[in-house]
Amino acid sequence: MGHRILALIVKEFLALFRDKKSRLAVIVPPILQLLIFGYAATFDLEHAALAIFNEDTGPFSRDLVGRFERSTGFAVVGYLRSEAEIQPLIDRQGALLVLRIGEQCSAEVARGEGCPVQVLIDGRNSNTAMLALNSVRTIVADFNEERIEQTTGAKLPARLNLRAWFNPNLESRWFIVPGIVALLAMIVTLVVTALSVAREREAGTFDQLLVTPLHPWEILIGKAMPGLIVGVGEASLIIAVAVFWFRVPFNGHLATLYPALIVYVLSIIGVGLMISSFSATLQQALLGAFLFIVPAVTLSGFSTPIANMPDFMQALTYLDPMRYFLTIVRRIFLEGAGVEYFWHELWPMSLIAVVTLALATWLFRHRMY
Amino acid sequence: MKPGRLLRLRGMIRKEWLQVVRDPSSIAIAFFLPLLLLFIFGYGVSLDAENIRVALVIEQADSQSLSFAGGFDQSPYFAPMLLPSIQEAETALRESRVDGIVWLRHNFGRDYLRKESPPIGVIVNGVDANTARLIEGYVQGIWFGWLEQQAERAGRTLKSPVRLEQRIWFNPEVRSTDFLVPGILAVIMTLIGALLTALVIAREWERGTMEALMVTRISVVEILMGKLIPYFILGMGGLVLALTMAHFLFQVPIRGSLWLLLAVSALFLWVALGMGFFISTIFKSQFVAALVAMVSTFLPAFILSGFIFDIRSMPAVIQGLTHLIAARYYVAILQTLFLVGDVWSVILPNAAAMAAMGLFFHGMVYRKTRKQLE
Repeated sequence: MGHRILALIVKEFLALFRDKKSRLAVIVPPILQLLIFGYAATFDLEHAALAIFNEDTGPFSRDLVGRFERSTGFAVVGYLRSEAEIQPLIDRQGALLVLRIGEQCSAEVARGEGCPVQVLIDGRNSNTAMLALNSVRTIVADFNEERIEQTTGAKLPARLNLRAWFNPNLESRWFIVPGIVALLAMIVTLVVTALSVAREREAGTFDQLLVTPLHPWEILIGKAMPGLIVGVGEASLIIAVAVFWFRVPFNGHLATLYPALIVYVLSIIGVGLMISSFSATLQQALLGAFLFIVPAVTLSGFSTPIANMPDFMQALTYLDPMRYFLTIVRRIFLEGAGVEYFWHELWPMSLIAVVTLALATWLFRHRMY
Repeated sequence: MKPGRLLRLRGMIRKEWLQVVRDPSSIAIAFFLPLLLLFIFGYGVSLDAENIRVALVIEQADSQSLSFAGGFDQSPYFAPMLLPSIQEAETALRESRVDGIVWLRHNFGRDYLRKESPPIGVIVNGVDANTARLIEGYVQGIWFGWLEQQAERAGRTLKSPVRLEQRIWFNPEVRSTDFLVPGILAVIMTLIGALLTALVIAREWERGTMEALMVTRISVVEILMGKLIPYFILGMGGLVLALTMAHFLFQVPIRGSLWLLLAVSALFLWVALGMGFFISTIFKSQFVAALVAMVSTFLPAFILSGFIFDIRSMPAVIQGLTHLIAARYYVAILQTLFLVGDVWSVILPNAAAMAAMGLFFHGMVYRKTRKQLE
């Protein structure tokens, strides 16, 4: 019996890797995508395009403008001379924000009043707008605090002492890159498994496989093996790139990560084979794969937090295996969490794996059409 | 156009149309997919943090501490919970039961009255850096509001040297849905375009029917047009559905002209279909074409189009790479047309870039398909 399964596994690998184009399509894009996405997927705003419209000529406003010119958060792209220039500049995205300092600035400050400063931000991307606004506020707050201390000698009545755990500089790359491990492991595994049965159905060879002495569960093992090896293998490569290239701190243990990774890949294999057994043609399998991938990525919390979703959407995320692995991989990387901290993620993921693999096996013989 | 050509084209379109109707998956791609995706994206994708779980540790319940903590109760952004000690709060943070801690030490009120500027400890879980940064911003807002309120109560006004007035244009309520939903349309249309056509030409090659078509009097242009037109009509149907949902279900304003929006979307659909045809023509095998479509359509459109990750925040090299992604141009136009209006200096260059990519894809398909006859 062992050699029967082995023969099937060899056949499955040949079907996948014999053709040079499909070999390349499975192996190259994930690595390339990790390198590109690792740099691209960032929420950190640096060198935001800032235009300055300073109607005041006094030293106070010059001092304030200097703060913005020296900050790494902003890159000054121009100095405006009239109000009429502001709108067209923002409309055509020439600048993300405009800092407008009123005519009376230095005079007001001299009288002991505040200098009116207006910040106008392009809200087309509201997240970028919020981040830019936060940096403006921080610069202005620091400036204010220093001025008050200089002029009156008094301190603010209370001060904030902000600290971030696990990611002290708040680099969003540390958050996104471990997420990409989960993302690409899913895509690769699904690519390998979702088309495998449908392809044979369309070519008619799956019926031949069914009339051999192989049990459905033996076929399952044969069909699952390439997905498991390719999925876990590529995930390992991606983890290595995340650690050694992107320098994301890996505070946990590989021994806790790998069992979770294998369960995750198995659950994706289950989904992939289920989609594949449902489909009569490759076109249908491709559609099925996307009908799973897109919601799974969206609901996993990869790019936007699950906590921001409405309750019924949050409930749906419990069906998404990527949701669980994403939490696990991020916590192992950054927090160094042990199994005791993510047991609540591990068992639902295992349940999904068992159910989908069983359903896929059943569907081999019970077609839907 | 000669009558014979029209007749052949009609025959070809009819044949493609029958294939579409007989395999329900194409209809599903055009109509079910946008409905499902827009629903999931529209409700599922939000960067607006609300009800952030934050632990309040108040070691001494004096009036200063309590009035500061009151700011968290009133804020729509926070769902505070009182914890008795910093140790318990840190455990809660470690176990992900809270996303942040606000810590007022026992001498906070005393030092405040002595004007010693006591610190307010704030710890956030930095794993999700973006959310952490937003949380810090909200905490700063509460802190500043509280300082002003305290000054007012003491009969003074807090005179800060710089009075900052902020205005966020186009989206004053900073609703992330308003910029995400238009961007999502680009992702959805990329998927629809590629899924509809990625296998269409490969299927003909694989089944040998392409050669059968080639020996008829039909020309390559007619074959390609015959394949393009039915899928274009299907795709436009899906697009109109998605636009309607974006506007009426998710309440995203459309400030530009509707006709321009439809015209630009038609252009993008043409590019996306071209990309599918291109994959199909280059690889000639349905299996490989399907593999390539899976790895090369969704993720680049999701990550490199600027729909969620702002292109302006990426390193220069990656910004250069994004120019190869058609969705990038469409996202820029969509965000402008939906939220700003008909800004020609944004629309024209982006539309020109899309047209160039479309010409490239369709031109390559035409060339590659003809060569096979020789």
